[in-house]
Amino acid sequence: MRKLLLFSIIILIGITFIARLFYLQVYSNNDYDINDDNAIRKVFHYPKRGYVYDRNGTLLVANQPSYDVMIIPREVKPLDTLEFCDLLKISKEDFIKKYNKSYNYSPRLPNVFLSHVSKEDYAFLSEKMRKYEGFYIQKRSLRDYQTSIGANVLGFIMEAGEATIEENPYYKIGDLIGIQGIERSYEKELRGVKGVKYIQKNRFNRDIGSFDNGKYDTAPIAGKDISITIDAELQEYGELLMQNKIGGIVAIEPSTGEILSLISAPSYNPNLLVGRERSKNYTILNNDSIHLPLIDKGLLRMHEPGSPFKSLIALTALQEGVIDINSTIRCTGAYNYGGKRPMRCHCGAGTRNLNSAISKSCNSYFASTYRKIIDKYDDASQGMNEWSDHIKSFGLGNYLNNDLSVGKKGNIPDGAYYDRMYPDFRWRATTNISNSIGQGEVLVTPIQLANMTATIANRGFYYTPHIIKNIKEDTISGKYKTKHQTTIDKQHFDPVIQGLFDVYNKPGGTANFLKIPGIEICGKTGTAENFTKIDGNRTQLTDHSIFIAFAPKDNPKIALAVLVENGYFGARFAGRIASLMIEKYLKGSISRKDLEVWVMDHTLEHEYAKPTSGKPFTINEKSQLMLVKDYEAEQNLEQN
Amino acid sequence: MNTNRTNKFKLDWITILLFLMLVGFGWLNILSASMSGEITSYFDMSQRYGKQLFFIVLTLGIIILTLSIEAKFYERFASIIYVVSILSLIGLFFFGKTINGATSWYDIGGFTLQPSEFAKFATALAVAKFISDLQTDIKNLKDQLKTVLIILVPAILIVLQNDAGSTIVYAAFFFVFYREGIPHTYLLFGLAIIAIAILSLKFSVLITSLIVTALILGYYFSQRKKNKSLLQSVFLVSICVVFSFGVQFFYNNILQTHQQNRISLWLHLENDPAKLEQMKRTILYNLNESEKAISSGSVTGKGFLQGTRTIGKFVPEQDTDYIFSTVGEEWGFLGSTAVVITFILLLIRILYLAELQKSQFSRVYGYSVASILFLHFMINIGMVMGLIPTVGIPLPFFSYGGSSLFGFTLLLFIFIKLDSNRINEW
Repeated sequence: MRKLLLFSIIILIGITFIARLFYLQVYSNNDYDINDDNAIRKVFHYPKRGYVYDRNGTLLVANQPSYDVMIIPREVKPLDTLEFCDLLKISKEDFIKKYNKSYNYSPRLPNVFLSHVSKEDYAFLSEKMRKYEGFYIQKRSLRDYQTSIGANVLGFIMEAGEATIEENPYYKIGDLIGIQGIERSYEKELRGVKGVKYIQKNRFNRDIGSFDNGKYDTAPIAGKDISITIDAELQEYGELLMQNKIGGIVAIEPSTGEILSLISAPSYNPNLLVGRERSKNYTILNNDSIHLPLIDKGLLRMHEPGSPFKSLIALTALQEGVIDINSTIRCTGAYNYGGKRPMRCHCGAGTRNLNSAISKSCNSYFASTYRKIIDKYDDASQGMNEWSDHIKSFGLGNYLNNDLSVGKKGNIPDGAYYDRMYPDFRWRATTNISNSIGQGEVLVTPIQLANMTATIANRGFYYTPHIIKNIKEDTISGKYKTKHQTTIDKQHFDPVIQGLFDVYNKPGGTANFLKIPGIEICGKTGTAENFTKIDGNRTQLTDHSIFIAFAPKDNPKIALAVLVENGYFGARFAGRIASLMIEKYLKGSISRKDLEVWVMDHTLEHEYAKPTSGKPFTINEKSQLMLVKDYEAEQNLEQN
Repeated sequence: MNTNRTNKFKLDWITILLFLMLVGFGWLNILSASMSGEITSYFDMSQRYGKQLFFIVLTLGIIILTLSIEAKFYERFASIIYVVSILSLIGLFFFGKTINGATSWYDIGGFTLQPSEFAKFATALAVAKFISDLQTDIKNLKDQLKTVLIILVPAILIVLQNDAGSTIVYAAFFFVFYREGIPHTYLLFGLAIIAIAILSLKFSVLITSLIVTALILGYYFSQRKKNKSLLQSVFLVSICVVFSFGVQFFYNNILQTHQQNRISLWLHLENDPAKLEQMKRTILYNLNESEKAISSGSVTGKGFLQGTRTIGKFVPEQDTDYIFSTVGEEWGFLGSTAVVITFILLLIRILYLAELQKSQFSRVYGYSVASILFLHFMINIGMVMGLIPTVGIPLPFFSYGGSSLFGFTLLLFIFIKLDSNRINEW
């Protein structure tokens, strides 16, 4: 017995120790990962972010160095505050405030004390900084925009948020990430891959050299330069024309699907979101609830397409064989379909065939044509589905699924849609007759409208509109080389295109006054009613001015859609702008100076102010046009 | 039983092999824990690994010397060795050098010598000599007190030199006495002391008293004897209560703050979170780092010389008291377990050999060796893994340090010598 005491205790302790080791090293321990080892400092080396060029090789976005004064509060030693503040050009109160803020953030971790020190100050500061323990200067790379245009296209970068960091372990606190536009769409290509160096630390948190002779270190991989399909000159011109208006222009090269310009108005200078004033500017832009400058109108504004949609009604009808090019109707200035009120028509009344119905935008003709399509089938729901499939084959009613970071589906209703809408009611073509003239339940975005135009220009196919032209030492996605064929046969396009051509070229065509000498433009005006809520009441505002166009008629080089919000009828603002854009792109100069002057001289700011003015207002034909200088004079008067 | 053992010098090679494994593996870990920058030479005397290698070479000399001396010498000269050892401890009060608050070293031409490391084998010899004396009866209280005195003298001297850790080791002799026949009551008494001490600190004197009273009264009423002595029970309770007060007093007034803190943390005595946090950041720092290093080793470890926390010198005292954390980090669960098992094998081998001894002197000495080594092993590794309060004592054969290596080697090899001689009885 006595012999066993020590022996048993030895065995017991041995088992206890092994159990404890098992607990520490196997049970409660994940596999060793050098990235989680706090004895190793990870130093990241950020590669150059890729440059961005336009389609003609003009540099749009480059990089600039920026210097931040960093602080590790715990390591700060007593210092001559006055001298230090002088050096940084801040007040003593600022110093205390910033110091406390940093300390509260974390006494241990480095964080930004003063951001964006100028290059001149940096040269001077870097020599003196050594004196102040706990402070150091960190170089960062910021975007340097070589242009003042295309903010919505180019997007911006900022520090990755917590959600991103959690989702994607590549990003660490303080890393930059593309937030909007191409910076977001091509984040991976542009950013490259950061390199990492593993540095062995000692227990005083000091570096004592490279870990394991740098065996695990990786070199940074530079970001790739990219070219985008935007034509910077056209983009700039479009933004100029859209001054004092809200809306969007999307121009596409039909033969490739390349987006030539993507204008969102009003825009802002992308340089506003770089540097020290960044957050202040961002707040201002973000808070402008009338103009919403951070929202890309070309991609995100859903609206009724209005009359341009009639071209698709014509094409569908031809394909379904319910009309031919010689079919006529008599328009009496209104179309009576048995509703409460007849649908009014502004075409001037008379006998209409396909051609004149398009060029004069005859509502009656398309209402009756729409009925013929739906009524071709015994069941309205089936007719509606057939119609819907044709329309959707133009890329409407769904996401384009392209390389733009945002988008909207729009809406192209089908049979099921109306079955849901009218569960207890046998609906018919006349129930949703407004679809025939691009109103009712049909909704599109400007880029969808532009793509629809390009599809018509191509006589029946489109390439997904995209913004990437090429990536240096890389290829772009194959999906932009895939032809999307519509359900409409090629031969049906020519009569419709002839109609669109006559919109410009026949006397009485709705865009006759917008002709550009030497260019065969096809186009279509559009007007979209729109409403807002004022104090809970649905209130109608001045119609949106819409225009689609492409040119030249044969071998089209450009197809576009213009949306000018509350610009009233289509030819007034949108039409003028469309003509000018086409001339600018095809000729490089403007011959119709009269149009340009008119567009630049007029403002719609007074229209945008109406809903929030609190005063009663008039719309459409009762509303006055306004010159920029008059508006400004009025503003000055009010301010004084 | 083993006919080979009739030779005069039949050494137990299993023990020697285990010893060599521990010293060799220990040195590899000292190399890892103490190196900084490139290794120019393994004998670089400006580095601890270089010094330790030098000590190991010296140790081989000591081993040869130890083995070549007549076995009888150790028994005969046990008392003298003991007296010399005590004198060397006393001498520290006059010539000692203070390192880390403990005056435990002689400075001899740049090398420091720690007599307390040698006092262990000297005491073991003295105890063996005394117990094996024909005149001594361990069951006799007077002789028991004498034996305790042999241990108490060096223990007290060491505690006075502010090296409390090394003192605790002398508790190891309890196992020796128990083996040699002190009454079972002493074991019960020992356990009771530990229990009352923990209860008093963790709860209070009142609760401890209540528990003790309940137990003793329970025992009293369960007895079927006729002449039950109530007085005896009351006396026992009183002693326990006084002892409980004594523990409180000792903890509050005699222990130094850092010792209080170590115990406080172990028993979770501190409830104020702010104070606890402060304690953890300061006292628990070593333990924290040591546990982190060990757990970061996972199953297979980071590899020899690859331990990031070892390279970064995150664990203080890593080449001495905390050497086991290097094993944990660089050799993982497999390596650490191997070390634990090697120690266990060595201890059991010594116990086994001790039981085989024919002379009581050899047996008692062998038992002392096993007990002393075991206490070091238990306290050191237990501390490094956070199982028991921090007590600064070396891991035998592993930790850096000449004195401890020499001390343990002497301790072990005297026994190997005695063992080799066991058939050649006198």
